[in-house]
Amino acid sequence: MIFHPLGKYILLLKAVFRRPEKWNIYRREIFHEMVSIGVGSLGIIAIISLFLGAVTTVQTAFQLVSDFIPKSVIGLIVRDSAILELSPTISAIVLAGKVGSSVASQIGTMRVTEQIDALEIMGINSPGFLILPKIIAAVTTIPLLVIISIGLTITGGYIAGTASGAVTAQDFITGITTDFIPFTFTVSMIKAVMFAFIITSVSAYQGFYTDGGALEVGRSSTKAVVISCIAILFTDYVIAQLLL
Amino acid sequence: MIEIRNIHKTFGENHVLKGISAEFKEGMCNLIIGGSGSGKTTLLKCMVGLHEPEEGSVIYDGRDFTRMNFQSRIEIRTEIGMLFQGSALFDSMNVEDNIMFPINMFTDQNHKEKLERANFCLERVNLAGKNKLFPAELSGGMKKRVGIARAIAMNPKYLFVDEPNSGLDPKTAIVIDDLIQELTEEYKTTTVVVTHDMNSVMGIGENIIFLHEGKKWWEGSNKEISQTDNAELNEFVFASKFMQALQKK
Repeated sequence: MIFHPLGKYILLLKAVFRRPEKWNIYRREIFHEMVSIGVGSLGIIAIISLFLGAVTTVQTAFQLVSDFIPKSVIGLIVRDSAILELSPTISAIVLAGKVGSSVASQIGTMRVTEQIDALEIMGINSPGFLILPKIIAAVTTIPLLVIISIGLTITGGYIAGTASGAVTAQDFITGITTDFIPFTFTVSMIKAVMFAFIITSVSAYQGFYTDGGALEVGRSSTKAVVISCIAILFTDYVIAQLLL
Repeated sequence: MIEIRNIHKTFGENHVLKGISAEFKEGMCNLIIGGSGSGKTTLLKCMVGLHEPEEGSVIYDGRDFTRMNFQSRIEIRTEIGMLFQGSALFDSMNVEDNIMFPINMFTDQNHKEKLERANFCLERVNLAGKNKLFPAELSGGMKKRVGIARAIAMNPKYLFVDEPNSGLDPKTAIVIDDLIQELTEEYKTTTVVVTHDMNSVMGIGENIIFLHEGKKWWEGSNKEISQTDNAELNEFVFASKFMQALQKK
């Protein structure tokens, strides 16, 4: 049951990575998608990251009631949680909803209104023209969004911790600068790239094979988000298991 | 000239096309007509490669399109222009960019040359000066005309038109039909039009193929169609009260 769609997905990816007809047109599309995916998602990622950091700090402080554990541990936990899990994974799930649904509905609408057929008739490799710029834009901008998210999560934690009195500024800064393992950042970036690829390729696949009308475009969009989220969480587990 | 030989196409259990063979002549409006579900659009899509027939061949001036790989098909596809039923204009692009899109993709012309060609095509379909409008700002008839302008942008040898008059008022439909005929004569294109509109049949049907239940049922011209004794074709042609009245007269 899973093999047929998986095979179609792999064949679609093969067509996506076929040599582009004209690189300068693809380049223009890539920059356009970078603005749409990257700049367009900055606001929501910023808001979510600030609150994630704030909540993590407050809840960690609530659970660390022992006098034997220094308060600086709160900063350390917020930092490592942000780098390893909160920023890459939660951002990816939010982006699956925002970017994934947009990609699936955009390509799905093009399918049902025969715009993809029009590209094919002109002799253009439609999977390449429609999907490759989105994948390239996502795998370059989503890691940057994750880096911004890490910074903002830690900032949110700092603001909430100091404002509520859960941790002093000095303790928090000591925590985030203690025992930093650079490899965690590498894992975070690997996750970001993988998740970016999943979001765009899975959503594009759902949109590309939409069949019917407006109702089916909506269904494809929903399926794109659900399948992307499951694939992100599964990949998250596999990467954690393999690399940590 | 386009030749199709023994085309078969099946969707699941549904055998839509049952061995259709025909010739579509150069410099002529070739019409594929038939009732809903007769296989007209499926045949058109098999001809342009949007559907792969299970059996049979489509031959463009001696070149067997059905046996070609993706790369070889591109060469023929750059010689094809197509107007879709819903026009299929790219929503994110304005009229000018829609027309210039295939030129951008397949030629090395500079911007001035491309713009000149786009303006020429727009003038040809009587839409000069509408360059900056987006598809959402156009009426149904204007969308069809922009679709035609985009289809002729690359000087096609083969022009395919799917239901050109669907959703249009009779006056606009005649404008579109006339435009298709003029362009066919002007560029000597092999034009294939799928339609069930009797005005188009009588107006531009120089070579007509009637499909019924997935088979070629009749072939002839608009001059012969009203005199035929083919029962299924007569049922199709004289289905409307207007045509019945005309027949009695």
